[in-house]
Amino acid sequence: MTQMNRISGGLIDRSKTVNFSFDGARYQGHAGDTLASALLANGVRLMGRSFKYHRPRGPISAGSEEPNALVELRGGARREPNTRATVAELFEGLDATSQNRWPSLGFDLLAVNDMLSPFFAAGFYYKTFMWPKAFWEKLYEPIIRRAAGLGSLSGEVDPDLYDKGFRHCDLLIIGAGPAGLAAALTAGRAGADVILADEDFRMGGRLLAETFSLGDAGGSDWADGVLAELASLPNVRLMTRTTVLGAFDHGIYGALERNADHLPVAPAGKPRQTLWRIYARRALLCAGATERPIAFRNNDRPGIMMAGALRAYANRWAAVPGREAVIFTNNDDGHRTAQDLAAAGLRIAAVVDSRKEAPRSGDYPIHAGAVVIDAVGRKGLHSVDVRRSNGEVSRIPCTTLGVSGGWNPNVHLTCHQRGRPEWDAGLAAFVPGGVLPPGMTVAGAAQGILSTAGALASGAAGAVAALDALGRKAKPADLPRAEDAPVSLTPLWHVPGKGRAWIDPQNDVTVKDVKLAHKEGYVSVEHLKRYTTLGMATDQGKTANVTGLAVMAQVSGKSIPETGTTIFRPPYTPVPIAAFAGRSAGKDFRPVRLTPSHKWAAEQGAVFVEVGMWLRAQWFPRPGETHWRQSVDREVLATRKSVGICDVTTLGKIDVQGTDAAEFLNRVYVNAFGKLAVGKVRYGLMLREDGMAMDDGTTARLAEDHFVMTTTTANAVGVFRHLEFCRQCLWPDMDVQLISTTEAWAQYSVAGPNARKLLQKIVDPGHDISNEAFPYMACGDITVCGGLRARLFRISFSGELAYEIAVPTRYGDGLIRAMVKAGQEFDAVVYGTEALGVMRIEKGHPAGNELNGTTTALNLGMGGMVSKKKDCIGNTLSEREGLNRDDALNLVGFRPVQAGDPLAAGSHFIRKGAEAVAANDEGYLTSVAYSPHLQSMIGLGFLAAGKSRLGEVLRAVNPVEGAETLVEVVSPHFVDPEGERLRV
Amino acid sequence: MLIPHPLLGPRDAQEFTYLGDASLIDRPDWQGEDAAAAFHDYLYQRDNPAGLHRELWFHEQGDRSWLVVTRNTLTHEIMGAELARDVARARGRGK
Repeated sequence: MTQMNRISGGLIDRSKTVNFSFDGARYQGHAGDTLASALLANGVRLMGRSFKYHRPRGPISAGSEEPNALVELRGGARREPNTRATVAELFEGLDATSQNRWPSLGFDLLAVNDMLSPFFAAGFYYKTFMWPKAFWEKLYEPIIRRAAGLGSLSGEVDPDLYDKGFRHCDLLIIGAGPAGLAAALTAGRAGADVILADEDFRMGGRLLAETFSLGDAGGSDWADGVLAELASLPNVRLMTRTTVLGAFDHGIYGALERNADHLPVAPAGKPRQTLWRIYARRALLCAGATERPIAFRNNDRPGIMMAGALRAYANRWAAVPGREAVIFTNNDDGHRTAQDLAAAGLRIAAVVDSRKEAPRSGDYPIHAGAVVIDAVGRKGLHSVDVRRSNGEVSRIPCTTLGVSGGWNPNVHLTCHQRGRPEWDAGLAAFVPGGVLPPGMTVAGAAQGILSTAGALASGAAGAVAALDALGRKAKPADLPRAEDAPVSLTPLWHVPGKGRAWIDPQNDVTVKDVKLAHKEGYVSVEHLKRYTTLGMATDQGKTANVTGLAVMAQVSGKSIPETGTTIFRPPYTPVPIAAFAGRSAGKDFRPVRLTPSHKWAAEQGAVFVEVGMWLRAQWFPRPGETHWRQSVDREVLATRKSVGICDVTTLGKIDVQGTDAAEFLNRVYVNAFGKLAVGKVRYGLMLREDGMAMDDGTTARLAEDHFVMTTTTANAVGVFRHLEFCRQCLWPDMDVQLISTTEAWAQYSVAGPNARKLLQKIVDPGHDISNEAFPYMACGDITVCGGLRARLFRISFSGELAYEIAVPTRYGDGLIRAMVKAGQEFDAVVYGTEALGVMRIEKGHPAGNELNGTTTALNLGMGGMVSKKKDCIGNTLSEREGLNRDDALNLVGFRPVQAGDPLAAGSHFIRKGAEAVAANDEGYLTSVAYSPHLQSMIGLGFLAAGKSRLGEVLRAVNPVEGAETLVEVVSPHFVDPEGERLRV
Repeated sequence: MLIPHPLLGPRDAQEFTYLGDASLIDRPDWQGEDAAAAFHDYLYQRDNPAGLHRELWFHEQGDRSWLVVTRNTLTHEIMGAELARDVARARGRGK
């Protein structure tokens, strides 16, 4: 197919032809084209369907503000919905499809919505689908979602890489139009560290779209010259294809760089996009301005676009939507489009200027005081109806219409920290207000200076001022002569009359909708926006918000500043979720920590479970075991019968040293540590200041001024943070130092009657670990396996004779292999966290299920441990009356009355005969397990005054599953209640 | 946000975890009169100022200093940061 609407000139590279397809049809464009410019060149004006009414639409802009021309790019897992064709850079093989139409873009059955538009006015969701309520979720919402929509996701995993980066600079210049280039030149020559960022793939901004000269050069030639100089400066970084998306606290700017969106596939190992965090000492916003439409009947026909976009397509891309143009304007800038199009060889059928005085800008019909009242051509414009100043209406054939309602400065980033734009009556537009994000200044069109000469001068001056604020002297770059026309405009927001006139084409919001909202009592602009959906979705109302506000002002009889203002939030343009995720995707989304003997456990076929960030072995299936309980029961029975080994490396370990270390522990644990002998271990319970249990563990005294504390796996980080708070903020003069040694030591529990015999084969001769020399709760430095430094603790979680042995991390793998080998003669097993859990429940030790943030020492049966003779965290508030009532919950054990009955953790206790309602709730079951020792389910739980109710029979009610079990209240110590096994 | 660490210079707020009002430094005397009431107020009563707020931040991904940061809650402007240990000492805390 030929490029029928390609004209001469432009900044495209005609030596490079690029093949692409749209909705299956093949086309050709050139390097330097966007998808929109190439489609226009090929005679394609219809590029999408509107959100609600499925109206045929074409592009209205040539930039990122585009509301209409949203397409899907690429296929398969790389499919990318809702991409603006106006900024999608053409590449060889680009495959684009239209959205929100069925069965095809040309023939869309859901266009019936357009006929039904009276039912779809503002707020129709709220009015129409109110009743019956049950229909909403099942019927209305799915239908609306299917009918009103944008593109769809592939549903597959994104195969591309995304990255994050950090940059620092003295001056961040946002936008590389005339203001930004003049600023960069000024600051760059002064030696400042400058970043110049622009969302376009080619820098120059409006200079690329205009025919003005700067000095003796064309605008784009001047820009190229400046860019060449900037590229040669080592202190200037040019970031093309980079959108500065938000201004955040303390001079931090977010920016999205599209590294490879212009390529079919990113180079191997390179990111497709990078999300930058730019730390800028100063920032200069040179973001330009966005042209706004004038609303009139059917102003959304394909072929109608902003006048400035029309000349951008002609001047930069040598593409036009048609050869016969009409211009509709309320200002002088619209006439520039007529001049440029005429010079490019288009026939200007008319310039319709709503002002009574219109300039004689060229040799074509100019209708002063006239307006366009309708546009004809559903899938492509073919004529417009014009009402002249004398009231006469005539139809003018044309294939494109350029509309100019004036320009809105791009104030978006000035609003990101609550800055409110101010109304400038001369421009009839909002300009940046007095309060800007700290460190930011604004120059050029973004500031409301719309001439080229003004933009250049304000950019240079902005750079001088920014550097001055940093204590650097700079002189403004010498600037070329440039166009310096004043803004001449008489506001016109919409043309009154019948039919629907579109303000926000993306959300199908019309003048009528705004009027309706006003009639229904909407006064606040923010409410208006939400009710009508004005300014929502991908374009965030860049072309629509000010016009909507102006129409609201008109119907309410107020001025625009009285009506309100509209501010913007980040991001400036849409950012893919993948870019926010960066490398934190797939397995890197949630990294895991592995213990030193993980590889060994994996070799044994261990089944792993996530505990915090750790992967821990849950059980070790043996051949023939088909159910996890078989493995767990075997591990428990073998450990209690002979010996078992368990990896407990994940427990938090905190090294506590200093002359005040013992006193420090006294203050953070409820029980006393001052008199703990060197070479001994003690269990400690830690409270929060509100008296609730925080964590527990054992602490060993290795020397007078040296302790090693253990915490639970889950709370290791929080406990360490808490201890640092206590040390630095509460008792700053204590001589105590803390360091986390969790990852420095590999630690294993060796438990069971043969634990000592096994260890004696590992521990070097010379270290006596007999019961007499190394009794229960002893600890000490030893060596194992012929000189390897180790720590041994005689502590038990299982209730058996048990030790924990620690070696430096890199020897963990070797130690477990050596212990398993040494244990063969005792039929030693390795057990996982499930068996660990069964044994601690059998023994009645509380764990995470019991230390759940709502339980006190008293609840846990450790009320007596709370020393009243010393200060400690949580001591005072643990004495509150409400926490010490006679009917307070006590930790007790439970067994089903019928041995085979199930028990479910979370069940609540209700007396027999009482109704199972919250008022009769007497406590709850926290942990359950099958005890192979007792051949029954057993449980731990909290029961009101439970300690005095042993032997009572209650109902454990599980309303979630509609089940209940009769249970007997028993001691929580199911195995060896006297603790004799620990001490043998 | 950037937090001006008194020892390490400006650091990104992502390196820190936040606790809350710096009044948590002023832990009451457990043997004082009305200790229970004093602890209740210490733990549960907070001002919620629109403006300057002194608050505790922990440099968890850094040097593990607890800092007292003075921040304007309306603008997020940070007036300064001190080591919490120095603040605690100045407020009469010792061992």
